[in-house]
Amino acid sequence: MSPRVGLVVVSHSAALAAGVVEVAAQMAPDVVVVAAGGTSDGGIGTDFDAVTAAIERADSGAGVVVLYDLGSARMVAEMAIETAENAHLADAPLVEGTVSAAVAAQGGADAAAVVDAAKEAVRTEAELITADAAREPGSAEGDRVVAGAIDIAGGASVAAATQGRLEAVVVTLTNEIGLHARPAAVVARAMTGFDALVTVRFGDAKADGRSVLGLMALGARGGDEVRVEATGPQATEALRTFQDLAASNFGD
Amino acid sequence: MGCTAADLVTAVRAIAATVAEHRVELIQLDRAIGDGDHGENLDRGFRAVLAAFEASTPDSPSAVLKTVATTLISKVGGAAGPLYGTAFLRASTAVKDKAELDVTDVVDALTAALGGVVARGKAELGDKTMVDALDPAVKAAVGDTVTEALAAAADAAQAGADATVPLVARKGRASYLGERSAGHMDPGARSTALLLRALAEVAAS
Repeated sequence: MSPRVGLVVVSHSAALAAGVVEVAAQMAPDVVVVAAGGTSDGGIGTDFDAVTAAIERADSGAGVVVLYDLGSARMVAEMAIETAENAHLADAPLVEGTVSAAVAAQGGADAAAVVDAAKEAVRTEAELITADAAREPGSAEGDRVVAGAIDIAGGASVAAATQGRLEAVVVTLTNEIGLHARPAAVVARAMTGFDALVTVRFGDAKADGRSVLGLMALGARGGDEVRVEATGPQATEALRTFQDLAASNFGD
Repeated sequence: MGCTAADLVTAVRAIAATVAEHRVELIQLDRAIGDGDHGENLDRGFRAVLAAFEASTPDSPSAVLKTVATTLISKVGGAAGPLYGTAFLRASTAVKDKAELDVTDVVDALTAALGGVVARGKAELGDKTMVDALDPAVKAAVGDTVTEALAAAADAAQAGADATVPLVARKGRASYLGERSAGHMDPGARSTALLLRALAEVAAS
């Protein structure tokens, strides 16, 4: 398997960096996510040498994306990146950005696409509605759009997916936690591979099938029914895959 | 008379002494509008610089500045690390291959340092940062000798730091306070003024 992009989380606090890594690693078991938090004497601050070492550890050959919390963490990250071989800064909210980046990296995205995934982790509701309306003319009215959609760049093109017949299946979630963290990541990764625009509806909320955070924000639990819609050349395959994943309790 | 590597080591030792002396003042300034670690971080950084000088004595002005830069980048832990680190690194590059620094070299180094701080911190004049002390210092650094130029720079830096008091911070941790950051001197501008004062005093002695 080709190497995946690694991630480094730079924070003023060792506990914060470790916590973010813990959350991201749950979503992306094969991505190396390294924490670089606090100063070398255990205090609050950022440690250039630790960030440099973390970038080296995180690089499996596909490059590294570095996320940061505040002020000096950004500057330290920038300096470390300047001295590294193939490292990139992602200007993104730390928790959502790291989770989105981790999922994109798990899906095999390249470094530039992982940076984009991090940046797009949090969009405002207005931006989401606009983006949504542009992709699915006439179908966005009256829907509550779940914040946190991400497009995993580097996946299948959705250009062709914006046209064609809308197909849908209703799926009952039989696993206990429903579309929570790990199952949401499994779905998002799988849907990224299809040339299809996949939307998951739960009640009056809906989410992009490729968005981990969007799927999680639906709040669909075990026993709940979701309606999964798809358009595009591989709509049928995408829906069948969603059904298969649900039938296997998303691998749980 | 030019400034040799040994002179510069003496000057950096004086900076370290000044930072240690003003550690609590810088902590208090930073506590008012930031996270309160500026004095602590800078003191730790310059103590590490002194230790680095003990381990090996750099043999050119450029090497002295580079040792200061890399040590501060590694040891400071707060925003002052990358900012002062980049400043000293750019200054080091600006005087590469010089055995002694004359007044023009010193102005070149200060100018490069300012460029480094601006590039790293993306702050502009009036954002209530180090730039508000360093920018007027560079503009004021004129004279026939290193001593004259540094004295003028140090005066201008302190005037610039004083002028940060009424400003509302637009960069760094203080910017989170918005209007409440007004009424306090910026700790980074103050430490910049202290550093330049220490350099000026060593040059005059």
